[in-house]
Amino acid sequence: MINVSLYILFVPLIAFGIVVFFGKILPRNGDWVSLFAIWSGLALSLYLFVSLVLGNYDPAFSQGLQFNWLAWGDYHLTIGIKLDNVSIVMLVVVTLVSSLVHLYSVGYMKGDPKYGRFFAYLSIFSFSMIGLVLADNLLIIYAFWELVGLSSYLLIGFWHEKDTAANASKKAFITNRIGDAGMLAGILIVFASLGTLNLTEVGTGIAAGHLSGNMLTIAGVCLFCGAIGKSAQFPLHVWLPDAMEGPTPVSALIHAATMVAAGVYLVVRLFVFLTPDASLVIAYVGGFTALFAATIAVAQNDIKRVLAYSTVSQLGYMIMALGVGAYTAGFFHLVTHAMFKACLFLGSGSVIHAMHGALHSVHSDSDPQDMRNMGGLKKYLPVTYWTFLIATVALSGVPLTSGFLSKDAILGGSLAFAMQHPAHWLLPLFGFLAALLTAFYMFRLVFLTFFGKFRVGPKAEKSLHESPKVMTVPLITLSALCFFGIYTLPAFNPTTPTGGWFSNLMPTPARVWEGVVMMDDHQEKIASHGVQDSHQSSVSEHSEDHDVHHTAHIWAMIISLLVAGGGIWLATMGYLWKRFDPAAWQRRLGVVYQGMYHKWWSDEINQLVIINGSTRLANIISWFDAFIVDGVVNAAAFLIRQLGTIHGWFDLYVVDGLVNLSAWIVGLFGRLVQNFQGGMIQRYIFIMILTVGLFIIIKIF
Amino acid sequence: MHSLEVYLTVSAILLLLGIFAVITRKNPVAVLMGIELILNSAGINFVAFSKFTTGNLDGQVAALFIIIIAAAEAAVALAIFLNLFRLKKSTDLDKADLLSG
Repeated sequence: MINVSLYILFVPLIAFGIVVFFGKILPRNGDWVSLFAIWSGLALSLYLFVSLVLGNYDPAFSQGLQFNWLAWGDYHLTIGIKLDNVSIVMLVVVTLVSSLVHLYSVGYMKGDPKYGRFFAYLSIFSFSMIGLVLADNLLIIYAFWELVGLSSYLLIGFWHEKDTAANASKKAFITNRIGDAGMLAGILIVFASLGTLNLTEVGTGIAAGHLSGNMLTIAGVCLFCGAIGKSAQFPLHVWLPDAMEGPTPVSALIHAATMVAAGVYLVVRLFVFLTPDASLVIAYVGGFTALFAATIAVAQNDIKRVLAYSTVSQLGYMIMALGVGAYTAGFFHLVTHAMFKACLFLGSGSVIHAMHGALHSVHSDSDPQDMRNMGGLKKYLPVTYWTFLIATVALSGVPLTSGFLSKDAILGGSLAFAMQHPAHWLLPLFGFLAALLTAFYMFRLVFLTFFGKFRVGPKAEKSLHESPKVMTVPLITLSALCFFGIYTLPAFNPTTPTGGWFSNLMPTPARVWEGVVMMDDHQEKIASHGVQDSHQSSVSEHSEDHDVHHTAHIWAMIISLLVAGGGIWLATMGYLWKRFDPAAWQRRLGVVYQGMYHKWWSDEINQLVIINGSTRLANIISWFDAFIVDGVVNAAAFLIRQLGTIHGWFDLYVVDGLVNLSAWIVGLFGRLVQNFQGGMIQRYIFIMILTVGLFIIIKIF
Repeated sequence: MHSLEVYLTVSAILLLLGIFAVITRKNPVAVLMGIELILNSAGINFVAFSKFTTGNLDGQVAALFIIIIAAAEAAVALAIFLNLFRLKKSTDLDKADLLSG
């Protein structure tokens, strides 16, 4: 099992190496190398999955491989692979969507001068994402996190000659890095408190109480910052719409199904460590983002932008689900969303492909992605239309689709949470409003694109054609995975995922800090209510929880049916039957519409507050540096020069003076003695005799 | 005839006169004369002591030696003074300060 997962992990990396170095000399630029790598990865992932579900069906399954990487002093870091239910399901999702996107790209990127490089980048992305999913400790998650960000940068900026694409890729990477700074802080807090980054050991460490209370909350929120960046939650959502500058397969793979799901995956892995406070923060961020992005999506005209904001909104749903404790629901939505959002993006790619051809034939340089140029495409792109419609229906939460099950589960979970904690009534409100808007904007998109009359002109209309099979087969596959049945086996209940293999495989785990006595009583009370499933010890608590959930679930189903239906009805009235005029409503809503259209001025506010603020701060600090710091340095230099001058004077007068003085004294003595050596011999004789006489006198007396 | 002291006194007076002449005179020949006086006074001392103390003629032999050596030395000294005159072109001994530092 582990060997299989190692193969799945490293083969895309080897494919990347081969295509990068030998791509130009390989036939077809080496796309078959990448295709082989990822399809074999898919086959093996399915093998793992089947043996998990059919063979060894155990919700607590976990296998791992570790080796010591780094040891210093008392600390040591191990890295390794963790295979459990969550990883294996994620592996299937990632390899499946990646394989389909690889296949789709063969058609979409045909004729592009950098064709081979695209597949190389897709391979490195697959490697990074698989590595992230298989990681068993926070350090490796962080490493692959950054690698995924790098792959995203390379892929978004694939057409780097275009300024907008180059800027978008930079924006994506930098915004992600801001989130990663918070994540690093969280990792450091965990490491400092527990001395390990291995997820299992962190769990035992927290259960033993080494990290608890406010510190644990802070660590949780910091680690969540990484998810805010990666999963494009408010306020770091700004990169995802701009990331649509990349080719559409990239948008499908990275920005719908996998990379942005990495943030949700992280929260899934960290679920058992999150305190109620941290979970609340997470829930509100997710809920707010869900509504915020949905409002913006309503007013966009670019087909990919609508889908991008829709992704942000759905990610908000997933995060909110994990925040309120609906673990199964959140993860389920991740899986179903990957399927239908990838289908939607690939479908939009098909539409754009056709629009390109049409606009090219009339030599128009209008935007092929603008929905105002489309219309009536269902006649010419039938496969695209039907798959797109199925995926839209799934996203809007219409019954009999997987999307209905997952979204309903989330809404039910948030409603149950609000029923148990009435102070947080805002969360389900966010959820239901966003569901209403989601249904509305998605059907608006479908009606504007596929219904009505083609708005470019009859000449262009003649060149509209369906996409080649390599592009439609992925669409069909993905739309087939949008039906509820697949996820609820062996039961066949269209109203709830409970009883299905997925739900049984991913029960909500108990939080690890529950055994710790350091948490105060109030938190313990919330803790015992927050856990949703059958890990409770007392039967009465179990049935009380169960009742609340059952009630909430029924209510959620009713309300979500109402809002989905309402949204679809509004869209039909406005765009299909033309009962009311959207343009008039745009004027009537005034500022609200302007806000929605201008994405609530997120980029402008960022520019003003953060960028101008930083620039001004930098200017102030630069002034400080130039005048004050340099002033101090200059003053010091001046002082030292003066000191030097004094020293020089000292040296010149005093020291030299002493030397001269000693020389003069010596000279004095010399002159004195000089007289003794006049060179006059008679004087010498005189002195000699004088001295002898002196001796005689002394001798006598 | 007279006592020893008289001879010694005469010799002392001659010695002092000789020293005075050596120290003071500018002329080299005068210095030589002074040296002669000094040497002769030493000779007188020898003779006096030989007469009054031992009675043999050792002292007088010594005095003979002294006179001979004085003559030889005077010859050498005159040669030196000749060279000095050739060098300095003057017979003034004050000018002979070649040893001055």
